[in-house]
Amino acid sequence: MAKTRGHISIDIDECKGCELCTVECPQDGMAMSTELNRKGYHYALLVEDVCTGCTNCALVCPEAVITVYRENKANKTKEKVAVITDVRDNITVTVS
Amino acid sequence: MSAASEGIQCAYIEDLDEVWARPSTLIETTMHYCPGCGHSVVHRLIMEVIRELNIQEIAIGVAPVGCAVFAYHYMDIDMQEAAHGRATAVATGIKRMLPDRMVFTYQGDGDLAAIGTAETIHTINRGENIVMVFINNGIYGMTGGQMAPTTLEGSITSTTPSGRDLAMHGHPLKITEMIAMLPGAYYVTRQAVNTAKAVRKTKRALMNAFKYQMEGKGGTSFIEVVSNCPSGWKMTPIESNQWLENHIFKNFELGDIKTPPKE
Repeated sequence: MAKTRGHISIDIDECKGCELCTVECPQDGMAMSTELNRKGYHYALLVEDVCTGCTNCALVCPEAVITVYRENKANKTKEKVAVITDVRDNITVTVS
Repeated sequence: MSAASEGIQCAYIEDLDEVWARPSTLIETTMHYCPGCGHSVVHRLIMEVIRELNIQEIAIGVAPVGCAVFAYHYMDIDMQEAAHGRATAVATGIKRMLPDRMVFTYQGDGDLAAIGTAETIHTINRGENIVMVFINNGIYGMTGGQMAPTTLEGSITSTTPSGRDLAMHGHPLKITEMIAMLPGAYYVTRQAVNTAKAVRKTKRALMNAFKYQMEGKGGTSFIEVVSNCPSGWKMTPIESNQWLENHIFKNFELGDIKTPPKE
């Protein structure tokens, strides 16, 4: 389990399948697809959910098709709580 | 099964911060380079530096003849194409007429170290305040993999089918060491783009070079990037990067060759 959570998105139709990102990934989370993209290349994919958002894959990507996302530690501390809106206006009481 | 469903999907991607994206100064188009080519990485790094220094409006690039001849199709700045080897001469003219612009040349080894040797040496000897980016992949990539001046001894190319013979073809030209001796050279470095670490260092070197030009300290900044040529070397991109580390870096050692004097 990675300490910091990250994710990448790949523009698979622009990938030329050079495989450099799969070698550079320190978590070994990337692999090439079995299918072909519209250019006829096997494109790179994130196949294991181990991304830390280190940007190594994006730095070596010659086509600059990888966008990297990373969890912001400042946002992480904020706990998400359910927000209850004022429902009193919506309550209708019918007296029979 | 749709194409995208093979990989891991992220349900909470809107909660994450975007930490790396394609620079806006790089035009949204497919580059013509072969898969795994170092040219594309260096194009992107120059554009990242230009975006981060906020000099997109005043940057002028000079494109070479060679694989990078279409650099002006990819860089969203003012560009000028030069005759083969003459990019530094054209850049000299641009910088002298428009001294407030940030001028750089982008050349390969066939352009800068073969046909353009005279222009290269004299531009640096005059100490023109420009940035020169030199991509050294040891081969003429565009014309089909002929021997370049920087081709290593024993390398098989289409014009040296039995390997480069020093008695017949001469020695690999270390032009970066040559020009570092000139007094006009201000910052001379040799970098690579084969790993993420090397890419970070190359970006730092490019950033320094453009900053020196902005400060107008005088002198030419010269950045050699030792790159691969998977198609010309007849290797996969991964093999070509291993070849770089095992063979090329032993002859072309990475690192700063001439750094500016400390103030």
